[in-house]
Amino acid sequence: MRFELGLLLLFLTLLVFEIFTNKKQKGNVISFAILLFTIHTAIGFIPLADGDLFGGMFKTNTLLFYFKNVLNVGVLIVLLQSADWLKEKIVEQNKATEFILLLLSSLLGMYFMISAGDFLMFYLGLELATLPVAALVAYETSKRISAEAGVKYILSSALASGTALFGISFLYATAGSLYFDVIATTLTVSNLSILGFILFFSGLAFKISLAPFHFWTADVYEGAPINVASYLSVISKGAAVVILVILLFTVLKPLLPFWSKIIYIVAIATMTIGNLFALRQQNMKRFLAFSSVAQAGFILLGMLSVDELGLTTVLFFVTVYIFSNLGAFGVVQAISEVSGKENIDDYEGLYRTNPKLSLLLMLALFSLAGIPPLAGFFGKFFLYAAAASKGYYVLVFIGVVNATISLYYYLLVIRAMFLRKNQDAIPYFNSKLFMKLGLILAAIGILVAGMYSPLYEYVYTISTNFLN
Amino acid sequence: MNYSYVIAIPLIPLALFLLLGLFSKKIPPSISGWIGSLGLGTSFALSLYTAYHYYIEAKVNGIYQTFVYKQTWLAFSDKLHIDMGVLIDPISVMMLIVVTTISFMVHLYSRGYMKGDDGYTRFFAYLALFSFSMLGLVLATNLFQIYIFWELVGASSFLLIGYYYTKPSAVAAAKKAFIVTRFADLGFLIGILVVSYYSGTFDFSELNNPEGFMISNWASTSFMGLSVFTWGLLLIFMGGAGKSAMLPFHIWLPDAMEGPTPVSALIHAATMVVAGVYLVARLFPAFYFVEDGFALTIVAYVGAISSLFAAIIALTQNDIKRVLAFSTMSQIGYMMLALGVSKYDGHEGLGFMASMFHLFTHAMFKALLFLAAGSVIHAIHSNYLKDMGGLRKYMPVTHITFLIAALSISGVPGFAGFFSKDEILAAAYEHDMLIYISSVAVAGLTALYMFRLYFGIFWGKDTQYEHIPHESPWSMTLPMLFLAVMSVVGGYIHFSEFVSADHIPFEAHLNYSLAAIASGVGILGIIIAYILYKKETNLPDKISNTFGVTYKWAYHKFYFDEIYLFVTKRIIFGLVAAPMAWFDKYVVDATMVSIGNMTVSFSNKIKGLQSGKFQDYAMAFISGGVILAIVIFYLWL
Repeated sequence: MRFELGLLLLFLTLLVFEIFTNKKQKGNVISFAILLFTIHTAIGFIPLADGDLFGGMFKTNTLLFYFKNVLNVGVLIVLLQSADWLKEKIVEQNKATEFILLLLSSLLGMYFMISAGDFLMFYLGLELATLPVAALVAYETSKRISAEAGVKYILSSALASGTALFGISFLYATAGSLYFDVIATTLTVSNLSILGFILFFSGLAFKISLAPFHFWTADVYEGAPINVASYLSVISKGAAVVILVILLFTVLKPLLPFWSKIIYIVAIATMTIGNLFALRQQNMKRFLAFSSVAQAGFILLGMLSVDELGLTTVLFFVTVYIFSNLGAFGVVQAISEVSGKENIDDYEGLYRTNPKLSLLLMLALFSLAGIPPLAGFFGKFFLYAAAASKGYYVLVFIGVVNATISLYYYLLVIRAMFLRKNQDAIPYFNSKLFMKLGLILAAIGILVAGMYSPLYEYVYTISTNFLN
Repeated sequence: MNYSYVIAIPLIPLALFLLLGLFSKKIPPSISGWIGSLGLGTSFALSLYTAYHYYIEAKVNGIYQTFVYKQTWLAFSDKLHIDMGVLIDPISVMMLIVVTTISFMVHLYSRGYMKGDDGYTRFFAYLALFSFSMLGLVLATNLFQIYIFWELVGASSFLLIGYYYTKPSAVAAAKKAFIVTRFADLGFLIGILVVSYYSGTFDFSELNNPEGFMISNWASTSFMGLSVFTWGLLLIFMGGAGKSAMLPFHIWLPDAMEGPTPVSALIHAATMVVAGVYLVARLFPAFYFVEDGFALTIVAYVGAISSLFAAIIALTQNDIKRVLAFSTMSQIGYMMLALGVSKYDGHEGLGFMASMFHLFTHAMFKALLFLAAGSVIHAIHSNYLKDMGGLRKYMPVTHITFLIAALSISGVPGFAGFFSKDEILAAAYEHDMLIYISSVAVAGLTALYMFRLYFGIFWGKDTQYEHIPHESPWSMTLPMLFLAVMSVVGGYIHFSEFVSADHIPFEAHLNYSLAAIASGVGILGIIIAYILYKKETNLPDKISNTFGVTYKWAYHKFYFDEIYLFVTKRIIFGLVAAPMAWFDKYVVDATMVSIGNMTVSFSNKIKGLQSGKFQDYAMAFISGGVILAIVIFYLWL
């Protein structure tokens, strides 16, 4: 509970601080918030004992601590990357602190969602995680596209939540309880429970943007402020993946023969559709949106192996993915802030003018594409290995083909930056301190996750403990 | 003797890359070339030192020992861990010499060739990165490490081929090379997965161990009539065929000639393209013993067919670098087929030795051919034979060195190529008659196209040049002279004393009758080229007219590119991606467009939001769930 209490305390402190700060100094609140959140993140690394609360509605264990820490670091990077944008554009409108507060409350929702011990808590967490984001998506009120995206997001998520809730009620009807521990033992295979699962899965698939539940992704990413798109694509998606894998491996295990087929179909659809759409994108945000759809498809591969290996690979891949995507979004944001340019063509000749940014973007994209020895390669490799260990060779083959196709579009961006000359390339600029820190953290994350093997061993250990 | 210092050989170029890459704006071009050359020179000297000690001291009871220095890099579980390290054995030491020699020479040469280019320092940084990756590949101790460096080699050659990024064709070529080889690597990766999953190890020494699990138990598993290990090895070979431009993955090599010529000399003559040969040689015992060498037979035939195929195409090309590119493909086919027909112990392993021998000599003379071609291109600013002729008067050093290299590749007695080619032909003769006949034909074709090039450039018509061509500066001719010496004396090395499949030296003798046939065919080729191309006549045109369709096919490289293009453009882009794009444009994008229109009036916007395209999304969402339910309930139950 320390994570949740700490975050709540932080939240209230900021709220009070905001009220008693005069208008001229609002900019400092942002720095203060980042400082507090850094401390919160650091505290998260102090080990905690497992336990549960509210009669088992809320559970914690090492695996969840690990993932909450990953979420914290991710949110910290998002905050760092948004700090300058907030200070320059949003403080004038006097709603910068709200942005941080909304972000943190959504994070709080995610904590509750992944720590849930029953479906009710899960649902509350899911809603708390989703609703503030809808406000964030529509944050640039001066832009119609942003407002449009906000509306689209809230409608889609309402539909998804409704469907999920409907599914949960079916599961309740067959299992007779909302508690995960009870459901795991009483859930029986029947048409009702399978239908319940499908509905529930559709709701969650919306959050992870799996095909065909992904249509909102590109529009919302394009309309939302970049840091919010980044938050959606890494933090929100990451948390949803983790709760999905936990539920599949424990509570919903009795339905394994059925859900593995669903995962199988959806994995193929998601990888392929995400890739084919990404091929033709010109806008970097839309491009990253479809790339993140495709990546989500890869993650499903790991879920087919219901054992330590599967859980480890999913967690490891999500960690790697979070850092790689944050790196990519960070660069897009840094460039967009200075020049307002967001198209792949605009990046032509970037290496000549801004070598460091180009190198970081290359690192992030190569990691997403899975080029060794970067982290993304190992992530994908283990996902293939996990699926192959259960005999899904055809699926692995489709995955590898898809990974090769994806290389093509990642390479398009890299080609634009490194191998194209442009008279009016984006001129050299120096990012501000916070942005720099955010980018450096992401870069370190990509490198460490790939090169530092104890991380994988650690994830393996906690996964083993979790499943036993 | 401790060889752990060998790790410095790849690390020096890495340090160079970091230095030149990160400070590219601060280091003036005048010294960056020197820094690069000096660093590679050190690696070269260290490699020579290693080779000297290894080949003299590392024999125990007449067998060359293998030294492995490694460290666990990523321990993913008790069983699955990836090591990084260096593996010292006869072939890796030989490859060290090849890579550092050529790389050093190319560095020296590039100081002259690239002079005045505005990315001078960047170029040397890329060269250093490539050298590092290639050396790491050569020294790899396990499949995983070799794969990592394999990809690094691909990525750095992508940068080098696309170096002239103002040229769209160069950029396209870089992309093509990367994607085609990556596609082949897809097989490589699956192969690694298969082999390591069933054998439980990545290590070369374990995989190649005749008592190891893979070799002694290959019969225990089977998939579609073949051992799983055979499939694994074939998939690994697919990766090798991609990098080594074997059929059907060769299409990237001719286009890659868009890169700067020194790059072609380094990557496309001597180092990266032979990585596939090296990979098969590295796993040779596994290839040989598993399923009694079934995979090896495939290697032999792929090599033989590629070799003949490329030699025919080379005859018809007019861009001198493309002729050399196809020639490289053809010679690598030679090396592959030699490995393919080889057996394991003693003199039976002649093919293995011959392959490595040819790899060595070919690296020298083919790099020289590229450098000389670069010198010609540097002087007259054209790649095409039609713009050349009579250059011997203006460029004496280039002329002589090119001639030496051409004689060497044609297998004229006394030159390096003669010795290594003879061993290959002898090995083919002993084990597979069909392959032998095709190889002899290739030997004749090689001499023919090579001397077509030679006469066309240095003799032939007296072209009137706008600027009188002049000999290249010393920085360029000196490396050429060095390689010219190597193209002769390289052949007199008693290779079988050093390199053999089972690490036991043996005696290899020239087979005089076979050598006579081969060099006779070669000289015949030269004579034909002399008649056809020494003076400008209309004879060649007549001949190509007689061959008509065949000539046209060969000129168009048997339409391989067109076939690939048809498959990718028409089928993948046209039939799959285009409808998808249409859908995105008219369904998904239309939402955005309609939003734009909605801003015209507020009422329209409200209307748009409610009746708008969100319905489509909701529709997709619901039907997605329904389809899943239908699939599960009605189709799968």
